[in-house]
Amino acid sequence: MTIRFFIRSLMIGVPVGVTFLDCVGYVARVEGVSMQPALNPDENISDYVFLSRWAIRDLNVKRGDIISLVSPKDPDTKIIKRVVALQGDVVSTIGYKKPFVRVPEGHCWVEGDHTGNSLDSNYFGPVSLGLMNARATYIVWPPARWQKLNSTLPRQRWPIALGKATTSSQSQ
Amino acid sequence: MYRLLSKTLGFTGYVIQYACITHCTFEYLGEFVVCTGPSMEPTLYTNNVLVTERITARMNKVQRGDIVIAHCPTDPKSQVCKRVVGLPGDRIVVKPINSDPAAVVWGADSDKSFANRSLDEEVQSALHEKNAPVMQSAKGEVIVPRGHVWIEGDNAANSADSRYYGPVPLGLINSRAICRIWPINDLKLLI
Repeated sequence: MTIRFFIRSLMIGVPVGVTFLDCVGYVARVEGVSMQPALNPDENISDYVFLSRWAIRDLNVKRGDIISLVSPKDPDTKIIKRVVALQGDVVSTIGYKKPFVRVPEGHCWVEGDHTGNSLDSNYFGPVSLGLMNARATYIVWPPARWQKLNSTLPRQRWPIALGKATTSSQSQ
Repeated sequence: MYRLLSKTLGFTGYVIQYACITHCTFEYLGEFVVCTGPSMEPTLYTNNVLVTERITARMNKVQRGDIVIAHCPTDPKSQVCKRVVGLPGDRIVVKPINSDPAAVVWGADSDKSFANRSLDEEVQSALHEKNAPVMQSAKGEVIVPRGHVWIEGDNAANSADSRYYGPVPLGLINSRAICRIWPINDLKLLI
């Protein structure tokens, strides 16, 4: 009887839980130094961030948002980077094969905050928005680091020209 | 009053449970897809309904020849249905897109040397660059990079595929087609 009850609740609980994680969001550990100083300022203590799936339900991202995405080079790993440019923007790259790149339609340009220590768009080029997995909204652990993650972009990393399609939605 | 409330709550609970089970099935096992457009003729036609499975795509184990459903790289809200032609490391000869001779074939702008242009010219060219081609490659031949696949429609003359937007990251692939279930007298296994 107890076993049957247990299996029954499992059959119901697992799909509900998985759906919740898929639609609302989940907490994940950040590894590596590529997002210093925003995430993992002390590389021995990993930050845990809340990845909001709800925030990207209609693929709306702004410049400066921190997003997690499937790595284009290795589909088994997820990476966490900051959006620097959206479609149509022209970015000045750091060590990419072209010094200036216009971000193609449906793509974005992502970079780690720790310039030079990050495998980002300067290595693999613009990434399709379809690879985006979630948006990091809060640091939830350790408690001393509890904070909202703001979408800020250093002045010198702003795209040198903004795309037509996105400028109007930005100004709203 | 209290009974009505508890009944409503129970009903809502059931709706949520079944919605969640449906979500998980479609998200992790497989789903139904309606094809539109001519790009996969003569294998698939507009309004064919496919049964697809997501397990191979989740494990990134697609093979050459599989028909896959993927997010369109240039328009992530829409999906495309194409055949996998090349896996990472494969060398692909890029066929021209016949129907539209003006279309930029991916890799066609490779010969321009970027080395001896001034910064100003570089900015200007980036500003005026067309949106489509993503990167450059060797003439007529492409080596599919790590973590990517080369997808093409069966109807080479009328298909916007990797020849147009380049190799597609495996992460964009959603599912693999198993069989066609509609029209019912054209039932066909696709693997």
